[in-house]
Amino acid sequence: MDFLTLIQVLDSTIRLATPLLLACLAGLFSERAGIFDIGLEGKMLAAAFFSAAIAAVTGNVWLGLLAGVAASLVLSALHGLASITFRGNQLISGLAVTMLAQGFTVLVAQSWFKQGGRTPALDMDARFGPITFPFAESLADVPVIGPIYSELLSGHSILVYLAFAAVPASWWILYRTRFGLRLRAVGENPAAVDTAGISVVGLRFAAVAICGVLCGIAGAYLATSLQANFVKDMTAGRGYIALAALIFAKWRPWHAMGACLLFGLLQAVAIRFQNIELGGITIPVQMMDALPYILTVVILAGFVGKAIPPKAGGEPYVKER
Amino acid sequence: MDKMPKWADVVLIPLISLILAAAISALVILAIGEDPIEAVKLMVDGALGSTYGWGYTLYYATNFLFTGLAVSVAFHARMFNIGGEGQAMLGGLGAALVCLYIPWPHWTMALLGASLGAAIFGAAWAAIPAYLQAKRGSHIVITTIMFNFIAAAVLNYVLVNLLRPKGSMDPATARFSDTVHLPTLHEMLAPLGIAFNKAGPANVSFLVAIAACVAIWLLIWHTKLGFEIRAFGKSEQGALYAGISPFKITMIAMLISGGLAGMMAINNVMGEAERLVLNATEGAGFIGIAVALMGRSHPFGVFLSAILFGFLYQGGAELALWTKIPREMIVVIQALVILFTGALDNMVRMPLEKIFIALRRVKA
Repeated sequence: MDFLTLIQVLDSTIRLATPLLLACLAGLFSERAGIFDIGLEGKMLAAAFFSAAIAAVTGNVWLGLLAGVAASLVLSALHGLASITFRGNQLISGLAVTMLAQGFTVLVAQSWFKQGGRTPALDMDARFGPITFPFAESLADVPVIGPIYSELLSGHSILVYLAFAAVPASWWILYRTRFGLRLRAVGENPAAVDTAGISVVGLRFAAVAICGVLCGIAGAYLATSLQANFVKDMTAGRGYIALAALIFAKWRPWHAMGACLLFGLLQAVAIRFQNIELGGITIPVQMMDALPYILTVVILAGFVGKAIPPKAGGEPYVKER
Repeated sequence: MDKMPKWADVVLIPLISLILAAAISALVILAIGEDPIEAVKLMVDGALGSTYGWGYTLYYATNFLFTGLAVSVAFHARMFNIGGEGQAMLGGLGAALVCLYIPWPHWTMALLGASLGAAIFGAAWAAIPAYLQAKRGSHIVITTIMFNFIAAAVLNYVLVNLLRPKGSMDPATARFSDTVHLPTLHEMLAPLGIAFNKAGPANVSFLVAIAACVAIWLLIWHTKLGFEIRAFGKSEQGALYAGISPFKITMIAMLISGGLAGMMAINNVMGEAERLVLNATEGAGFIGIAVALMGRSHPFGVFLSAILFGFLYQGGAELALWTKIPREMIVVIQALVILFTGALDNMVRMPLEKIFIALRRVKA
C-alpha cells in the first residue's frame, strides 16, 4: 500500500467517522443524564430525510439542516415524553422511535416525491460543499506534508469540522461547567440532584434535546454532504455503531472520538479493499463489518477493561412522597 | 388492593393502545391523500376475504408466533431479548444445514430434525449474551443488538463463501430436496374436502407454533421452572432468597427464548422458501417485540396479536399493490403499537386508574 492510498483511506475514514462521531456524542449526553437511547438510528434517519427533502425543495442546504434538526428534536421529545414524563421503558421507546422513523421517512418520501421512497438528487449548491484550506492548492505538491494538508485535512464539508470541534466542546461542557456536573450527577444519582433543589426532569429533557440536535446534524450530514439525497434506510446501522462506539469509549468524549475514528477506519477499509490478505490468511469483508460489534461485546464483557454505564441509566426517576 | 380490575389491565389497556395506534395511522393515511376506511376495507378483504389471503396471513402469523413467544419468555424473566432477529437468522442456518445434509426419508422426521437444528442454533446464539448478562453483568439489550449485526455478517459470509452452489451468483443455498417439503394448508385440507388456495405459503408449522404456545403456557404457569422464571422476573432479590439461582434462570430463559426465535425457520426457510436466502427473517424478530407487548406476554395474547400482525402484514401488502400507500405503512403501525403498548403504557394506565378509583368511591 503506497502513501497516496493510505491518505485516501484515512480521508474516507474521516468522512465516515463524522456521522458516527456526531451520533456518538449525542448518545453521550443522553446516557450521561441517565436516559438510554437506542433510537439514535431513527433520529439520524428522520433528520437525513427531512434535511434532504427541504434542501431539495428550497435549494438551501442550511434550511435543510434546520429541518433535519427539527425532525430529530421531535423524535427526541417523543422519547423524552415516554421515558421521562411517563416513566416508560427507555429501550422500548428507543426501538419504537427507530421503527417510526424507518416507516415514516419512506412513507412521506413516496408521498412527496414519488420516486420510490427517495428524494431528488441535490445540486452542488444545495449541499454542504468542501471547504478548501488556504494554500491547499499550492502546498499539494510538497512531499508528505502536502497530501496530508490538502487531501486529508482540507476539503471536507463544514459539518465534518463541526463534528470534530464538538469533541472538545462536549468535554468542556460535561467536565468544566455547572450544567455538565449536574447532567452527569443526574445520570449517577438523581435523588441527590433532586435534594439539591435542581429539576431532574428539566435536566434530563435538556440532555435529550442536545442529543436530538446532534443526531439531527449527523443525519443532515449523511444526506446533504456524504451523499446527495435520501434513500431508504440510508443510516444502515450507523446509529447502532455509534452506540457501540459510545460503550467502547466508556461514555467519555475524547475516547468517543478515538472509537469513532477506529470504526470509521474499519468501514473505509471494508469499502476500499473487500477481502484482505494478511500473511496467507484472507480476512473476509464480512469480518470488517462485524468487527465493531464484536469489539463492543468484548469490552462489555469486561475482558479488556470493563465498561460501566452511568449508574442511574435506564431507570425512570420517581420522586419519593 | 389493586387499583384496577384484572380485565382492565389485560383487555382494556391493550385495546385502548391499539385504538390510539389505529387512529394515528388513519390520520397518516388521510395526510397522504388516501381514504382510511377504504384502506381498512381493502386490508380486510385482501387478508381475510379469501383462502388466498388467509394462506399468507397465517404464514406471517406463524413467524410472529415464534418470535412473539420468544420475546415473552424473556420478558417473564424480566429480560428484554431484542436479538430475536439474529437468533432467527441463525435458526435458519441450523434448519438449512439439517435439510441439506441429512437424507431424510419423510417430511415428519425432517420437521423434527429441522426444528431441533433451528432451535439449537437459535439458542446457541442467545447463549453468549445470556452468559455475559449472568456472569459479567453486560446489558443483555446491548449485547443482543450487537449479536443481530454479527449474525447478519456471519450469515452473509456463510451464504456467499460456503453454502452457495457453484456457478450461482445468488447468495443463497441450493434448494432442499422434495422429501423435506412441508405440507401446505392446501395439501393438508384437500383430503378433508376443504378447498384452500394453493398459493398461500401457510403450512404445517402453523400447528407446531400453536403447540409451542400451549407448551409455553404449561411451562410458565404449571411447572416449577416456570414459577422460578416468573419469581426471578418479579424480584431478583426475592428469588435469590428463595434459593433460585439467577445464573440458571437467566441462562434457561434465554435459551428457551433463542430456541423459539430460531424455530421460526421451519416456517420461513423450510416451509416457504425451501432454501436459505439472505434476509430470510424480514424483520420478524422485531415484530415479535410488538406481538409480545400487545399480547401481554401471555401465550393466548401472543396468539391473538400474532394473527393481528399477520393480518396487518398481508393487508399492508395488498394496500401497496392497489393504492399509493407503500408497505412501510405497516412499519409505522408496528412502531405505534410498540410505542403505545410498551413505552407509553403509563399514559394510558394512569388516567384509567384514576377513573377506576373514582368509580369505586362512587359505589362505596
